[in-house]
Amino acid sequence: MSRLLDVEHLTLQFDTDEGRITAVDDVSFTLEAGEVMGLVGESGSGKSVTAKALMKLNPGNAHYGEATDIKLHLEGGIVDIMPLQTSKEMEIVRGGAISMIFQEPMASFAPAISIGDQMVEQLLIHTDMNKKQAAELSIEMLDHVGISDAATRFKQFAFELSGGMRQRAMIAMALSTKPKLLIADEPTTALDVTIQAQVIDLMKDLVAEFGMGIIFITHDLGVVAQTCDKIAVMYLGRLIEQGTVRQVINNPQHPYTKGLLDALPRLDDLDAPLIPVPGDIPSPLERPRGCVFNNRCAVAIEGKCFSEIPEFVAVEPGHTVACHYVAEGLK
Amino acid sequence: MSDKPLISAKGLSVHYPLRGGGLFGPKPVVRAVENVNIHIPAGSFFGLVGESGSGKTTLGRAMLRAAPITTGSVEYHDDEVTYDLANIDAKALKDYRKRAQLIFQDPYAALSPRMTVRDIIAEPLQVMGLTKSKGETDERVREIAAKCRLNLEHLRRFPHAFSGGQRQRISIARALVSRPRFVVADESVAALDVSIQADVLNLLKEIQQEMGQTFLFISHDLSVVAHICDHVAVMYLGRLVETAPTRELFDNPKHPYTKALLSAIPSLDPDDRGKAQKLEGEIPSPTNPPPGCKFQTRCPEAQDRCRVEEPVLETAGAAHEVACHRWKELLALQPALA
Repeated sequence: MSRLLDVEHLTLQFDTDEGRITAVDDVSFTLEAGEVMGLVGESGSGKSVTAKALMKLNPGNAHYGEATDIKLHLEGGIVDIMPLQTSKEMEIVRGGAISMIFQEPMASFAPAISIGDQMVEQLLIHTDMNKKQAAELSIEMLDHVGISDAATRFKQFAFELSGGMRQRAMIAMALSTKPKLLIADEPTTALDVTIQAQVIDLMKDLVAEFGMGIIFITHDLGVVAQTCDKIAVMYLGRLIEQGTVRQVINNPQHPYTKGLLDALPRLDDLDAPLIPVPGDIPSPLERPRGCVFNNRCAVAIEGKCFSEIPEFVAVEPGHTVACHYVAEGLK
Repeated sequence: MSDKPLISAKGLSVHYPLRGGGLFGPKPVVRAVENVNIHIPAGSFFGLVGESGSGKTTLGRAMLRAAPITTGSVEYHDDEVTYDLANIDAKALKDYRKRAQLIFQDPYAALSPRMTVRDIIAEPLQVMGLTKSKGETDERVREIAAKCRLNLEHLRRFPHAFSGGQRQRISIARALVSRPRFVVADESVAALDVSIQADVLNLLKEIQQEMGQTFLFISHDLSVVAHICDHVAVMYLGRLVETAPTRELFDNPKHPYTKALLSAIPSLDPDDRGKAQKLEGEIPSPTNPPPGCKFQTRCPEAQDRCRVEEPVLETAGAAHEVACHRWKELLALQPALA
């Protein structure tokens, strides 16, 4: 595998009426071509904002940290994303080499423009196809993602499609420009389980076929276990644990990751009690000092966890955790 | 929990007429709930599952008399009163509202931003005239707030100061303050993060064990239902397709739809990939349901009979009912589980 994406020291703050809040704090990760990474966390953990930073889609009140460095490795060379400014420059990361699938497909399609026109439009922007070629490719892509009677659907509007079909059309549209990196932000959350299973299958087939890298944002660890190669767990803007899917799900190390898994109702053991993670995720205005999880953590170490930000330590090859308690145990 | 139903529906249908169309033919009708028979035992935690569009919310609302009952009957029966909800007069309905309550899905939309938490919880008491003095109201509010783990400081604040999990606890306190016997919880944890969801589920269960309400828990999430409910009914396109005690339903699902639903839940085991039995297609529109069994368009087991004749619920074990022409046959074909 070859390196596709390097994210280093991504820090992102927003100016709000109540002051400047930190949404993402010193996040670093890498992605290889053809690799699927699950970015997991609760609402407010900063996972969507992190993904949007790769396309510089965050609004004007966003401030990137000075050390933030995001590089996309393409065949034609390395794209340094942070210095991109004009919309012309950003075309490469907005629909060119990077595509995004959103959670709510109804809100992501323009309601008064047909699905087909929207698909053609982006192909005209990002490729040198003519209108006819773009239309042909779009219909072919719709067919490819399992939409029957694609030529008819091509002419229809978003409201005429069911939820599952809209999400398929969204995927077809995102993939028609042949992106190297696909960002899927909770792509199955709004769908019923039977439709979710279909969409997950479809995405797996497409990864195998197109060999692109995927960042799969979700709060559902079951979906991650079924689709991803590796996981990065986020909490309150910080990455707290990274590893392969097997390492993190079968052998979670961070107290938060363990807590998430314990809180999950499991079908293989109906009698297992559900253990909630105590307390709530704090407001970004009241980020705890030291480890961001310290006020909900059962094993927080007096002093250290409340003053020092934990560094990542390796618990096994490829599996790293940012936790003082785990680090103490390894000594 | 007793075997006696607190609330039961017989041949219940809820149809909504659609605007437009029908200039020459019959007016189009959405058959949201069609000929449902269901008994909810007193003191049970009864789960109702199905995909969007299956009619589970409408069935819940019909049982609260918040949706029109087109045909059939819904009977409510506790140790004090018996009501036939299809033919209930205004006075009795007012009394029924005290006995039956709803907890909503979205704790952000369900609470008025301009009222303090104390006023939000106290409102049902005042509207229903359940308390005579402010002191009595305050006492009832404090009592239920404490059960929902809200302290006196919380009662003085406004909803915006609370997180999703806390807001849902406020919604629960508001629904339970009138001491209802029957509570419909419609997707009450669907908007919450897993770490908080577990807390709210445990709270509902604790409260039920202490106060003895009967819950109808509507959810699309089978794993949540598996953990909290003692009995489950599965709906598809307005019909009840299977109902059984929770463990029985999860261990021995008999309807092909129930089986497909169970196998579509993503497994947490990364080594257990791709074993799910996949359903093709999507749930048909309730304005134009297919003939015969409603599931036949997606059913991997459908045969000619299923395409013309609609199956009815039949007994498939202790308290286990299934509406499928082929369940017996499929049971015989099924390889013995290891």
